Amino acid sequence: MNFIISILFSGFAVSTLILIPWVGVGAFDLRVLFGVIVPYAAMATFFIGIIVRVIDWGKSPVPFRIPTTAGQEWSFPWIKSNPIDNPRGTGGVIVRMILEVLLFRSLFRNTRLEYRNADGGLKVDYEWEKWLWLAALAFHWSFLVIFLRHFRFFMEPIPSFVHLLDSLDGFLQMGVLPFNGLGVPCVYISDLLMLAAVTYLFFRRLYIPQVRYISLPADYFPLFLILALGLTGVLMRYFLRVDITAVKELAIGLFKFSPTVPEGIGVIFYIHLFILSVLIAYFPFSKLMHFAGVFLSPTRNLSNNNRFVRHVNPWDYPVQTHTYDEYEDEFRERMIEIGLPVEKQIEPKEEPKEEEKE
Amino acid sequence: MYDGGKIIIGLIIGVGLLLSPFIYDAGKAAKPPAPELTEKAKEAKECVAETSYMKSSHMHLLDEWRHTVVRDGERYYKAKNGKVYYKSLQTTCLDCHSNKSKFCDQCHDYIGIDPYCWTCHIEPKENK
Repeated sequence: MNFIISILFSGFAVSTLILIPWVGVGAFDLRVLFGVIVPYAAMATFFIGIIVRVIDWGKSPVPFRIPTTAGQEWSFPWIKSNPIDNPRGTGGVIVRMILEVLLFRSLFRNTRLEYRNADGGLKVDYEWEKWLWLAALAFHWSFLVIFLRHFRFFMEPIPSFVHLLDSLDGFLQMGVLPFNGLGVPCVYISDLLMLAAVTYLFFRRLYIPQVRYISLPADYFPLFLILALGLTGVLMRYFLRVDITAVKELAIGLFKFSPTVPEGIGVIFYIHLFILSVLIAYFPFSKLMHFAGVFLSPTRNLSNNNRFVRHVNPWDYPVQTHTYDEYEDEFRERMIEIGLPVEKQIEPKEEPKEEEKE
Repeated sequence: MYDGGKIIIGLIIGVGLLLSPFIYDAGKAAKPPAPELTEKAKEAKECVAETSYMKSSHMHLLDEWRHTVVRDGERYYKAKNGKVYYKSLQTTCLDCHSNKSKFCDQCHDYIGIDPYCWTCHIEPKENK
């Protein structure tokens, strides 16, 4: 699909998703629908969808360890092996998985192919390319921090780790800025980082021809959705304030299964909540499932023990065999009749002795 | 399933973490905050702006006051109803809302906010 069509399609979809709660709550006051029913439906889709997909993945056989490694395999004691990149046991796999999940190690190895003029001809170069890794790391970690910070709306009393995150993330006091608005409440670093990283990840798709070519609406749509989620959140925090005590009442009500829709929450909150609902409902059907999928990457979570552990292919069907022993059992008498050599002779049948019976 | 045990344990941990707010909140009485007005505030009947604005955006007003007072020396605020107020947290805001623990802290604690007002300003002394 042409990238302009992809972007237009995704942009149109996200704009529509913003307009739905805007009209729904703004004009028709459907607060119960957008504040209770849609979030519950989205959460149910999210959890059931994730469980179904992960179990579905678990059912696919991994018959053989796939050693896409960057290190020397363990072999002889005098050959230095790499226990993390090419682990032979569980310990190395755990370290490799931690590095992969927390630091995106395989993305760190990203290179870019380039041609360079040298000695009157073209030479192939593999350039260091760390920007994608850096932006991905910034994006995912700030998203996690933002998500955990939101626990101050989800939990009562607020756990201490939220306070800690809050004070670390918000230690910048922007009151020095020459304009009003960002002084109080304090600006969160993760907000700025996440928006910057998502914007970079979007422009990267447009800027690099190969990435632009392979980008689909399924790539642009979640990006735009997350961008819209971040922007509505930032707008709500710094510019179009809503009554956040009422917001917390609504959130706590959802988590305690006694939903309430307090008065006086601005439409922007319902837009934010609706985008989040769409994001999590879309989650199990989309590439966002890499959230669970990263833990099930066969090239990362299996040790490279092909050389010393036998892996039986689980989809081998039972082959009908007829061994020589079975053959001889079947034809032994006839073989002996025509004088063919046999491995086992026919044992003479012993007749039961009458004396012993008595 | 292949490696089913490990996958299911992982799934339970992951889903459990995501569901933790449900588990954490269950059975806890989460009372919404009820900020109390002092007698003086009740008498005055109105704040410098309407209640809904003060509820959601008082921090913006205070930020603006801080900027205009500290940088431009403008000490008077003309409210929408024409009344003029002296821009000061300690002498104007806290004059009515002298019950910090039953007014300010009610919502701030509920949402987990620790505003840095009191790193410079003096907290009101409350008669308990």
